[in-house]
Amino acid sequence: MNNEITGAEIVLKSLAEQGVEVVFGYPGGAVLPIYDTLFKQNSIKHVLVRQEGGAIHAAEGYARSTGKTGVVLVTSGPGATNVVTGLTDAMMDSVPIVCITGQVPQHLIGSDAFQECDTTGITRPCTKHNYLVKDVNKLSSVFHEAFTIAQNGRPGPVLIDIPKDVQFASGTYEEKNKIIIPSHRLFEPSPDFEKNKIEEAVELISKAKKPIFYIGGGCINSGPTASKLVREFINMVGSPVTMTLMGLGVIGSSDKNSLGMLGMHGMYEANMAMHECDVMINIGARFDDRVTGRLDAFSPNSKKIHIDIDESNINKTINVDVPIIGDVKQVVEKMISIWKDKKYKIDNDSLKLWWDKINKWKEVDCLNYNNEGKQIKPQYAVQRLYELTKNTKTFVTTEVGQHQMWAAQFYKFEEPNRWLTSGGLGTMGYGFPAAIGAQIGHPDALVVDIAGDASILMNIQEMSTAVQYRLPVKIFILNNEYMGMVRQWQELLHGGRYSESYTDSLPDFVKLAESYKAVGLRAKTTDELDDVITEMIETKNTVIADIWVTKEENCFPMIQSGSAHNEMMLSKDQKQDKKSAEKGKILV
Amino acid sequence: MNKSVYATPDQVSETKRHILTVLVDNEPGVLARVIGMFSGRGYNIDSLNVAEVSNDENISRITIVTHGTSEVVSQIEKQLLRIVPVHSVTNLDQEGSSVEAEVALVYIYISDTNKKKVYQLCDLYRARKIENEHNTTIFEIAGASERVNRFIKEINEITKVEIVRSGPVAISSIQKNEEE
Ligand SMILES: Cc1ncc(C[n+]2csc(CCOP(=O)(O)OP(=O)(O)O)c2C)c(N)n1
Ligand SMILES: [Mg+2]
Repeated sequence: MNNEITGAEIVLKSLAEQGVEVVFGYPGGAVLPIYDTLFKQNSIKHVLVRQEGGAIHAAEGYARSTGKTGVVLVTSGPGATNVVTGLTDAMMDSVPIVCITGQVPQHLIGSDAFQECDTTGITRPCTKHNYLVKDVNKLSSVFHEAFTIAQNGRPGPVLIDIPKDVQFASGTYEEKNKIIIPSHRLFEPSPDFEKNKIEEAVELISKAKKPIFYIGGGCINSGPTASKLVREFINMVGSPVTMTLMGLGVIGSSDKNSLGMLGMHGMYEANMAMHECDVMINIGARFDDRVTGRLDAFSPNSKKIHIDIDESNINKTINVDVPIIGDVKQVVEKMISIWKDKKYKIDNDSLKLWWDKINKWKEVDCLNYNNEGKQIKPQYAVQRLYELTKNTKTFVTTEVGQHQMWAAQFYKFEEPNRWLTSGGLGTMGYGFPAAIGAQIGHPDALVVDIAGDASILMNIQEMSTAVQYRLPVKIFILNNEYMGMVRQWQELLHGGRYSESYTDSLPDFVKLAESYKAVGLRAKTTDELDDVITEMIETKNTVIADIWVTKEENCFPMIQSGSAHNEMMLSKDQKQDKKSAEKGKILV
Repeated sequence: MNKSVYATPDQVSETKRHILTVLVDNEPGVLARVIGMFSGRGYNIDSLNVAEVSNDENISRITIVTHGTSEVVSQIEKQLLRIVPVHSVTNLDQEGSSVEAEVALVYIYISDTNKKKVYQLCDLYRARKIENEHNTTIFEIAGASERVNRFIKEINEITKVEIVRSGPVAISSIQKNEEE
């Protein structure tokens, strides 16, 4: 047939029809036909990273900041194994990714050929779905299904493994709208889904005396309208609301109902309110162990409503009273209309008493820290960064560690999709490539990676990528010369024996930046901090700002492992009771 | 009840045997996805059976015998449903009534002294001798697992045997309409 094109051309055509604008990748023998086709076209931009691990985190950053699907292209063998961490990260945090891997030609599969590995076998547990495409005529339908699956229901990563001979072979292209995906392969709530449950939930909320909304990343995945509706509903109810690490931004930080983040390093008032509430409304969160603390003491007296698109999250760790399976936007829309129709209203007197109680907890001022002396406190550095960037459209990514928690506590988000952090997997090395992806998606915005000295070295090679594409990404290192979070746990649980958590022989970050032809800045004292931040923002180039902070600062407040929400530790002097400390030690 | 890193408040229900029947698209890797979910999340597989059941639609039926509390088994069902090629998951115990059976092939070491007893027992259990070119005594027995267990126990008391079992397959015995 003369309509036939090569497999590699089908790949590019499928991406184009799916509206893909950018691919993050790294070439190699098993994907050369695709790279050759890429060379001959102009509609899709390719961003060459410096390690495949960087490509997938960049795609995650792109996806989470734009709401689009991130696309990755890597070679077989080591190219594929290098993306495994990122696939797992995307799986845990529900990020839509399509990852294309090259494979050795079919006649060599199973022969331990050069750069062969069982890619679909290795990635089966860390993808939502994956394919090994053996027939070039199935390639376009696989791509269209892959994009749908990545975005549908609870989003996640999908991998397509393509043997080299299939990339060379000729076949026919089928358009997106010609592909019928059987319904069992997708999540499709029926229009009247869960109607009775939603009514029951709304009635329960209307009778609450001490309600709290507990908001998670599912609200962000449901799209910006979902956040708007959630805000609107909470306002109608007049209830306090707290967010998970993944949910920050759904409710504006300045919203009068917001108690900020909850969980292990969350706000005292948020955790206390979770503990004492009588009705808890979980929207798009999954009762993660960082949030719940000790399960047998988790919010003991509340009725729990749980809205989640993934049924397996229901009753997984916490039993709930009213489970609702569905998309946040659709469910909350319905809740609002029921609330209005029935003219529901929460009893004002009890709501007032509840807020009085919460305001008392707020007086504890749990984020308070000692800010004396010339040395920069890490908390202060984030506060200043916030103050100096709050009027600019800013995206913040992070690595993993204390700096991540301080960023979550002290940087204030007013909108969804502005905060990108590795929550479920806790992947050091996520933040910088994610910032690159976010900057590609938002060329005119300010993108800052709040980093730690240890984490940044995990993907530092991407400096080369950032500079090549003239991405003015800012790396803001809270440099404590420690794997601070590890050191903190060693201090609290292992008698202060700082086993291998000191990061010796760190590079000179200023010179490091310069060696990549980027800009390096340094602040050693509080007097220098504002100038460095301002210069960093104003520099139209990639910047590393090396902020020397006090080395042994701890991140508080903290619910230690094995403790409950109402047993928060506010400072170092407060000891966990012995029994829960012993029990907690074995936990992560 | 759960797989959280935090201790379970209290065990909620007792551990029981469950038979799950899972309809899947018959595509490469689908069995690995199902088995991988069990091993990855620390669930038990007591036996597993898979075969294509509808040629035209390319659908296979996987029968899995597992054990766990009802909370664990309900998690297993939900996790199975997340797998893209899975059509449906039915817990036959929850349906209330189902019929199950398995097949065992038994190679029996036979001698003049035990021959009579062996044949009597096989007769009693309606085990069928399978003809084969070496004329060795291989019997086939089908039925509920408990019946097969009893047969194997009794034949073992008479002589040495070698056994292969299919593990149970099961089907709901509830009346269905043809359109469904
Ligand atoms: C890839 C990876 N390896 C190990 C860890 C365990 N870990 C968690 S935080 C941390 C230390 C991070 O140090 P740094 O980046 O300097 O941040 P800080 O805590 O000092 O702010 C380590 C090693 C991890 N989260 N990810
Ligand atoms: Mg550090």
